Amino acid sequence: MKSIGVLMTCHMDSYLEQELEKRFNLLRFWTATEKSTFLATHKNSIRAVVGNAFGGADAELIESLPKLEIVASFSVGLDKIDLAKCKEKGIRVTNTPDVLTDDVADLSIGLMLAVLRKLCESDRYVRSDKWKKGDYTLTTKFTGKTVGIIGLGRIGMAVAKRAEAFSCPIHYYSRTEKPETKYKYYPSVVELAANCDILVVACSLTEETRHIIDREVIDALGRKGVLINVGRGRHVDEPELVSALVECRLGGAGLDVFEHEPEVPEELFGLDNVVLLPHVGTGTVETRQAMADLVIGNLEAHFQKKPLLTPVV
Amino acid sequence: MNNISVLMTCPMFPYLEQELETRFNLIKLWNPSSSKPEFFKNYSNFIKAVVGNTKVGADADMIDSLPNLEIVASYSVGLDKIDLDKCKEKGIEVTNTPDVLTNDVADLAIGLALAVLRKICVCDQFVRGGKWIRGDFGLATKFSGKSVGIVGLGRIGSAIAKRAEVFGCPISYHSRSKKPNTNYIYYSNIVDLAANCQILIVACALTEETHHIVDRKVIDALGLKGILINIGRGAHVDEPELVSALVEGRLGGAGLDVFENEPDVPEQLFALKNVVLVPHVGSDTEETSKAMADLVISNLEAYFKGEPLLTPVL
Repeated sequence: MKSIGVLMTCHMDSYLEQELEKRFNLLRFWTATEKSTFLATHKNSIRAVVGNAFGGADAELIESLPKLEIVASFSVGLDKIDLAKCKEKGIRVTNTPDVLTDDVADLSIGLMLAVLRKLCESDRYVRSDKWKKGDYTLTTKFTGKTVGIIGLGRIGMAVAKRAEAFSCPIHYYSRTEKPETKYKYYPSVVELAANCDILVVACSLTEETRHIIDREVIDALGRKGVLINVGRGRHVDEPELVSALVECRLGGAGLDVFEHEPEVPEELFGLDNVVLLPHVGTGTVETRQAMADLVIGNLEAHFQKKPLLTPVV
Repeated sequence: MNNISVLMTCPMFPYLEQELETRFNLIKLWNPSSSKPEFFKNYSNFIKAVVGNTKVGADADMIDSLPNLEIVASYSVGLDKIDLDKCKEKGIEVTNTPDVLTNDVADLAIGLALAVLRKICVCDQFVRGGKWIRGDFGLATKFSGKSVGIVGLGRIGSAIAKRAEVFGCPISYHSRSKKPNTNYIYYSNIVDLAANCQILIVACALTEETHHIVDRKVIDALGLKGILINIGRGAHVDEPELVSALVEGRLGGAGLDVFENEPDVPEQLFALKNVVLVPHVGSDTEETSKAMADLVISNLEAYFKGEPLLTPVL
């Protein structure tokens, strides 16, 4: 398979790069000084694209690769892939579900605890020697708070299962009600937000869910409400979120994703009721390796004409 | 009951002070108006109750200097700052605040474990310092599925186990005796527990036996990839040994809510990215502080009305 050209859209993981290089002719798109020349040079050998949450396969890229057969995403989210175009052209698409579910759910709970119990702030308090001058302020209890989840897919369910162990009542919104769960369903995000203490975004990003967290939802969540976003930055109307936090109309936020990563609104840096992470939802050694193995597994299966492991299209 | 004198040992919670002041004649030990010997000379005969906490309790000296002391109501579940033998000897009642703080402390233990393994505080600092623009953060370590070893399977230890289980963490424990009715793996020796888990959590009471229960041997057994979480008492851990193990890279990381000489924290820890340090906040939420205060008040009221104590220790 060493003659098969695989285009990697951006630097994502060293282990994945190594493994791809062993098996294929790996082409690193991010090193190209002139992207269109690069594509023109290699277009006839590129049969696969490996993308991720930052760089996927949009219509333009797909159109410029006439021999493209498969897009294997190093992510579970598919918002950076033009799925309709792939379907139209018979291009296969795979992603990395399940192997990253635990990590993202763990981080959601970690963010909730870090925001409510002000873990990062109190760690800074100790390290700057302030404890000698007085105790830290009281924070807010996590156990028993109502958790509202947007999207009850693999990740949403994993968050729910964990939060339940902290005796958190679970409410949710999703496109359709899931009667097999015992959680309380709300037919709109605003109603969900009005009826929970902690709102977690765990759905996929599509045209319908873009800015699903808007001013109305933020107002409904309110002064004591906390927003946790482990989905995509574009799930949230970021300027509205920032002003709500700065003006104390929202209780707090734990954010792993932002609209224009790696840029993060600087107005958030001075707030003690937010925790800001650099899109590390799946950022563990164990999970990145499992994701990489799945990308490789899917590519090998495709080129060996075997069934794909985790096909989307 | 406004003529009953209650001694509060140090500032702990304004709501508690207010509520005590409404009901009793509250005397504050930290009042700068008199020196300790003078203070005791003036007030000692009147004091019938002491309200202490994790910083200042009721040691032998204090108990001896209060001849009419009848009850010590601790604003904590830990009793290590109270001379229980002396209280028993003198027939002094002791109460604490169990159960109401169990969830908060267990939540913090899990929060610390997640913060250490997933490098949450380091990442937050990375973003706020504007570093993300220059490049991605590195990789952290998965929490789900890691084996958790708990020292002490009492109320708090069990609450930690219940939470960790849902993350797929196999649970093992060490305690004075094996607990019936659990499926968790028991180790009669703490070194064996440390050798067989990835995250070791201290959740037992501090007594003479458990002083420095986490020593060099335990730290070595926990090892390079092991994490220590301490939500018990600073004195559970041989702190200098812990610090050198962390600084020398012989221990994977630590999440610490308590230290041997609070509020002093060894400065060698400040530069480390594999530790999370919080200022003894285990039960410091608005909700729990109020619940603890209400329990202290209720115990005192019950006692002075001749009713059964709510949470007696002796």
